[in-house]
Order: sequence, then structure tokens, then C-alpha cells
Amino acid sequence: MHPIIKLVSQRLALGILLLFGASALIFGLTEALPGDAAQAVLGQSATPEALANLREEMGLDRPALTRYFEWLGGIVQGDLGQSLTNKLDIAESIGKRLGNTLFLACVAAIVSVPLAIFLGLLAVRYRNRWPDKLISAVTLTTVSIPEFLIGYVVIYYISVKLGWFSSLAMINDSMSFWQKLNAIALPAFVLTLVVLAQMMRMTRAAILNLMQSAYIETAELKGLSTFQVIARHAFPNAISPIVNVVMLNLAYLVVGVVVVEVVFVYPGMGQYLVDAVTKRDVPVVLACGVVFAAVYIGLNMVADIVSILANPRLRHPK
Amino acid sequence: MNEQITYMAGQVTAGKMTRREFMGKAAALGVSAAVASTMFADAARAAGPKKGGDLKFGLQGGESTNSLDPATYASSVPFQNGKQFGDQLVEVAPDGSIEPRLAESVEGSADAKVWTFKLRQGVEFHNGKTMTSEDVLKTMQRHSNEDSKSGALGIMKGIESMKADGDNFQVTLSEPNADLPYLMADYHLIIQPDGGMDNPGAGIGTGPYKVEVDEPGVRHLFTKYENHWNSDFGNFDSVEVVVINDATARTAALQSGQVHAINRVEPKVADLLGRAPNLTVHSTAGRGHYVFIMHCDTAPFDNNELRTALKYAINRTELVDKVLRGYGSIGNDMPINAAYPLFDETIEQREFSVEKAAEHYKKSGHDGSPIILRVADGAFPGAVDAAALFQQTATQAGIPLEIKREPNDGYWSEVWNVQPFCASYWGGRPVQDQMYSTAYLSTADWNDTRFKVQAFDDLLFAARAELDAEKRKKIYSQMGRMVRDEGGLICPMFNDFVEGVSNQLDGWESDPTQEMMNGNMSRKMWFV
Repeated sequence: MHPIIKLVSQRLALGILLLFGASALIFGLTEALPGDAAQAVLGQSATPEALANLREEMGLDRPALTRYFEWLGGIVQGDLGQSLTNKLDIAESIGKRLGNTLFLACVAAIVSVPLAIFLGLLAVRYRNRWPDKLISAVTLTTVSIPEFLIGYVVIYYISVKLGWFSSLAMINDSMSFWQKLNAIALPAFVLTLVVLAQMMRMTRAAILNLMQSAYIETAELKGLSTFQVIARHAFPNAISPIVNVVMLNLAYLVVGVVVVEVVFVYPGMGQYLVDAVTKRDVPVVLACGVVFAAVYIGLNMVADIVSILANPRLRHPK
Repeated sequence: MNEQITYMAGQVTAGKMTRREFMGKAAALGVSAAVASTMFADAARAAGPKKGGDLKFGLQGGESTNSLDPATYASSVPFQNGKQFGDQLVEVAPDGSIEPRLAESVEGSADAKVWTFKLRQGVEFHNGKTMTSEDVLKTMQRHSNEDSKSGALGIMKGIESMKADGDNFQVTLSEPNADLPYLMADYHLIIQPDGGMDNPGAGIGTGPYKVEVDEPGVRHLFTKYENHWNSDFGNFDSVEVVVINDATARTAALQSGQVHAINRVEPKVADLLGRAPNLTVHSTAGRGHYVFIMHCDTAPFDNNELRTALKYAINRTELVDKVLRGYGSIGNDMPINAAYPLFDETIEQREFSVEKAAEHYKKSGHDGSPIILRVADGAFPGAVDAAALFQQTATQAGIPLEIKREPNDGYWSEVWNVQPFCASYWGGRPVQDQMYSTAYLSTADWNDTRFKVQAFDDLLFAARAELDAEKRKKIYSQMGRMVRDEGGLICPMFNDFVEGVSNQLDGWESDPTQEMMNGNMSRKMWFV
């Protein structure tokens, strides 16, 4: 077998194994939390009778392992089950929310990834001169401020004071694509600020590292312009670390945006998961957990595979 | 010129001119903005409720785990949803009286044991079916069934039998209860077709708005139901409930005009928010109270001297000022305040006193070991700060109060009603009987202070059977004193409902029963 196919399939199998591990871990942790869904739903109004009735109705009176394997059986067949608390179909709820989260993540990524790489290249081109310092200073500042604070500042000035964009990034099916884009302008902006720095710094560092190499010197001696040297000779060889950090940030855009979702009231996955955890709605927590784990594992896998493919020694085995 | 302004205001209310144009033209006539605004409001009010417009609420208290099933309502957003699409038999009016809804009238037998609700005729459910007494009976059966998980299960306990009798619905109680109509006004008891036995979460009711979009934890959209039984209710074309749990986001949404009303304005920003020109902050004294509860049957709190010492050691005025920022009133160690009918104003207010606290503490013979108070901000907003202030004043009196901070998550299952001394919150009930029966009767499920006094129970039952208001007031006064002097409740303050409402809306009225005009904003308010 071609070593690349072997490596890639090994990587895929490992990913699936990891997913199962993650689901078991999440289940175990939700079981370890104090209280259960029945108690969380009834809250302060939990009488012993109501509690017992609700537990029976939710099937919580059965052993934990049974419930886990039932859930696992369902998910293998593509059935995510029903929410314990409101009986809604989880796949349907997640579908909508995941769609929203991916939409926001995509918009933020489409803006931030090219921008980060461009700024990174620019920083290398003007290394240690004012454009480099300005780019670094601005991106490092935005990444150091907590995202909720950036969110509130943006809401206060852009939404409340100027009235340019809505502070509620609520999107729904009846909106057109442009309306949706308009609605998520602010959270996408905040997310871009948050992820920009890391990707830009990585691009800059990786390329600067290569700039010391002998072949870069050759290219320079050939008389190529600095920008050509960077774009044609340095950048392709820096792809692997850059893709790695880009993928990590994309994963963050999907699984790490709870705070931004809360601040902008965005109906994404984060809020759904948080609500499910506080209500101990285990099937929903599991479903969200698996989706998040899949996104993380998937994107990391893509990064690894890209690194493998970008490695000439593996592409051309002896 | 006055006539001119009135005419123009009329044009605005008729929808022929925008408010902005009005203000501009008023300015051109030489009227200052403030005066024009007042004149406009007067003219608009004179014009009375106006129909139309899309109302948007931004509310705290909604989760993606919510359901439209009335039995499951436990937070603000589901409560509001229920008020849009459903009606109860009766409602508690802002003045504390009983207001007819799906029942036209209520009549009790002389012994207050048999209650007959005469049902309104020709009321239509959103699925087109006409409401019958069978539907009412089945609804009540669903909520009172032993297998029920309904939040109203507790209050349905005293019911011996119920029957549907033509146009009437009749309830027979095992013990007399003069307050039964108030129990039937509970927000869980929304009348549904077939009692909601088949699909309670479908959101079918008789309310002025019908469910259009139901996305739990995100938004709920309701549109005007044309065949509603009362055309006075529901002035809007649609009502949208947007879930905004983050306080800052909620405030920003109101300020930038994306929603017309928000609940739970944080006291610390209420004054600032109130200065904004386009909105009003309403503060309504309610029956909700922030408390510290002690288990009367657990050491060291089984000692009334110690309980009294702790009650004297808390500075109520300071707590109202610093924790509620003045948006509330001081409590008197009983769960009842002036918002209740039959409240006795003459019960003397307990004042903060280091000397008395020290004196009672000495008398209690406590060994000086730390007294542990468990708190989390989930108990009530500012609970941790309140506990810290309490600790300071208690230390002055020589009481070794120690604070243990608990996580919000799981607080109601792990700490409240489990640990002997903790912070808590009570939303209050429409009448004293219900409040006491829920939490102070010896056998109450939520007797979170473990207050078990036979004499108190006897008084409670006597009050229930008493139809003479004066006599009942006397009994309640006696009960209030008992809880205040012997109970395990430290009630330093009653919180107000603090809400932000856009000036585009008119028709606000104060309602102490529940927040947002007891959920009736969309029925009673209108766009100016």
C-alpha cells in the first residue's frame, strides 16, 4: 500500500476511536455531576412525587450503562434521540444550531484566514519596521482582551451609539442571505479579532524561520524581489505549520464561541450545550459533545493529512 | 397651537404620521421636545389603545430545554409564552382581586368547600375546537394527577373531586378553602383542548395569540388569533419573545430599539438606563423575597434564641441599599408584605440591633463554633454580597458567622432544602394562604425552614375556612407574628420587579403578582 494511504487511513481509524472515547468520557462526566435532569427541570419546585414521575418518564430510573449503550446504538444508526427535557428531536435542533454555528464560523474564517496570512506575509516583508510593529501591536492587543469585553465595547459603540448593526445576532429561516450576513456582522467581527493574532503570528514566525535557509538565499541571489521570494519559495514550505494553526483556530470558531454567542444572543451550538449541561439533559450533552469532538478531531486530521501531503519525502517514496 | 399639536398627535396614532415627523413639526411650532413629548403622550392616551404593530420582548429566563407544555413552566420565558397562547379560568387582577377569564364567574358554597366556575360560552381553541367543561376538567385532572410532573401539583392537593357539569366546572375540596379561586389562577393551569392529555407541548390554547415559531432558548413568535373571545385583549399583530439571558446584551437590545421591553434590569444599571430618553424603567413592588433560611429542627438552629440573635444581626436597610440599590423594600422575617391582601401593617418592624443580637446570642448558649451559611449567586442576584454584609454585622455582635460559597449549578438540588442554613429566593404567591401552605405548613413539601408548629397549622386551616375578611386578617396577623418570632426565616428584603419598557408602548400598569405586568403586557399595552 502507498504509505500516504496507509498513514491517512490509520489517522482516520484513530479519529473514530477517539470519538468513542470522547463520548464515553462525556457520559461519565455528566453522570458524575450532582443532580439529574428531572431535578434540574423541576428546580426549586421539585416535590418527591413530581420528581419520581418525571424520572420514570425520562427513563432515568434505569442503570447508567444501559442508557449509554442504548444511546450508542442509536447514534450508530444515525439516531440522536430525543431531548429529555422538552421531547424535541435532537438531530433537528442540532442541525439548525450547527448550521448557524458553521455559518458564523465560516464568515469569520473567510475574513480572518486570508487576512491573517496576508498580514503575516506583510509583517515578514516589512520585518521590524513600522508596518510589522503596528500589525503585531494591534493583533496582540485584540487577542489579549477577553472576547466578552470586545463584544460589549463593539455593541456599545457600533450598535447602541451609532446604530449601524443590530446587537442581537438572531438569525432565522425567514431571513435572506444578506440579512443574515448583516445580522452576524458584529459577532463575526469580534471573532475575527480574536483569532487573527495567532494565525498571523504563526505565519510570520514560520516564514521568518525559513528565511534563514540556504535556498532562500539562492532565490535572493537570483535577484527575485522580497515579495516573490516570500510568496514563491518560503510560503509553500511553511504551509504545514500554518495549516495546523489555521485548523486549530477554525476548531475554536466552532466549539469555543460560547461567550460570543451569549453576548450577541446567537442561536448556535454553544448556548444549546450550556443549557443542556445545566439541565443535565444527557442525550443532548452527548450529541453536542460528539459533534464538537468530531469537528475538533476532523480538523486536526485535516491538518495532519495536509502535513503528510505537503511532505515531499512521503509523496515520493523511494 | 395646542389644537394643532393634538391634531398631529391624532395623525400619529392613526398611523398617518411618524413620531419622528411629529417631533420635528412640533419643534417647528416652537414647542420644546420635552413638552411635545408629554403632549404627544397625553393625546395618544386620550386616543386609547391602538391596534397593530409587532411587539418584541427581550427576556432573561429561557433555555433551549424549555417546552410549551404548561406543566413544565419554571422560568420567565415559558411563563410569558403561556400567557400569550393560553388562558386560565381566572386571573389575579393588579389590585389583588379575582378577574374572570375563561370562567365568567366563580361561586363558593357557604362552607367554602364546593366551588362552581361558570364557563364562558363560545370560546374557541386555536385548533378551531370550541371549549367545553370537559376540556377544563381534563386540564385540571392532568395537573392534579398523582403521576403528574406539573408545577401546580402541590396546590391541587386539597381537591377531593372535580366534575364537568354542562356549562359549569365544579371543584369539591376535602377541607374548606376561601382562596380556591386564587389557586385556579396559577399560571400552569392553562386550559387546553382535551386537557392537553394527548400533546401538551403543542401550544394550543385559547389565548389572544397563537404559536407561530417555537425555538426553545432562542425565540418564540406568536401571531394574533382573530377568533379570541375578548377583542379588548391583544392589541398587537404579533408578539415575539426573544431569549436574552445576558444582562448587558438585554440592556443593549432595549437601548438600541431592537426589543420593546426587557425584564430583570440589574439594579446597578437601572438608574443609568432610566436616563435614556426613549425608554422608562418601571419598578414594581412584588411579593418575591430574598432570604436566608435556617432549619428549625437542626442544631444549632433548633435554638430559638440563636435564630433570634441572627435575625437581629442583619442590617436590612443596608442590604436594600447596597444589594438591591433601593429597588426593593425591607422585610420583617416573614414571607408576607404589603403586596398581599389582608396584610397587617401594625406588626412592628424588626430593626437591626447589635446589642439585642449579642444578648440573644449569649442566651442561646452557643459554643462559639462557626455557624456556616451557604450561598451562591444563583440563590438570588447579589446573595454572596448580601452574605458578606451579614457576616460583618454578625461579627460586630460576636456571632461567628462563616460563609461557604457554593456553585450555582445544582444549588437547588444540593444546597437548598438540604443544608440547614443557606440563601434562597421565594417568588411569592398571590395570597397568604398559598404562601404559608407552600412553605410553612408542617406537611408542606417545600417547608424549607422545617417550621413545624401544630398551632400554626390549626390557624392556617381556620383561616381557610373563614369567609369573613376581617377575621381572616386577624388570624393571618397572628400567623405572621409566629413565623417572625419563632420561624427559621431571615427575610431582609423584598425585591421589586425592575423592567425596561420602550416609550413607544403605552398602557403600563403596576402588577405585583408576577413580572412584566403578570405576563399581560401583550394583552393590555399598545403602540402609541
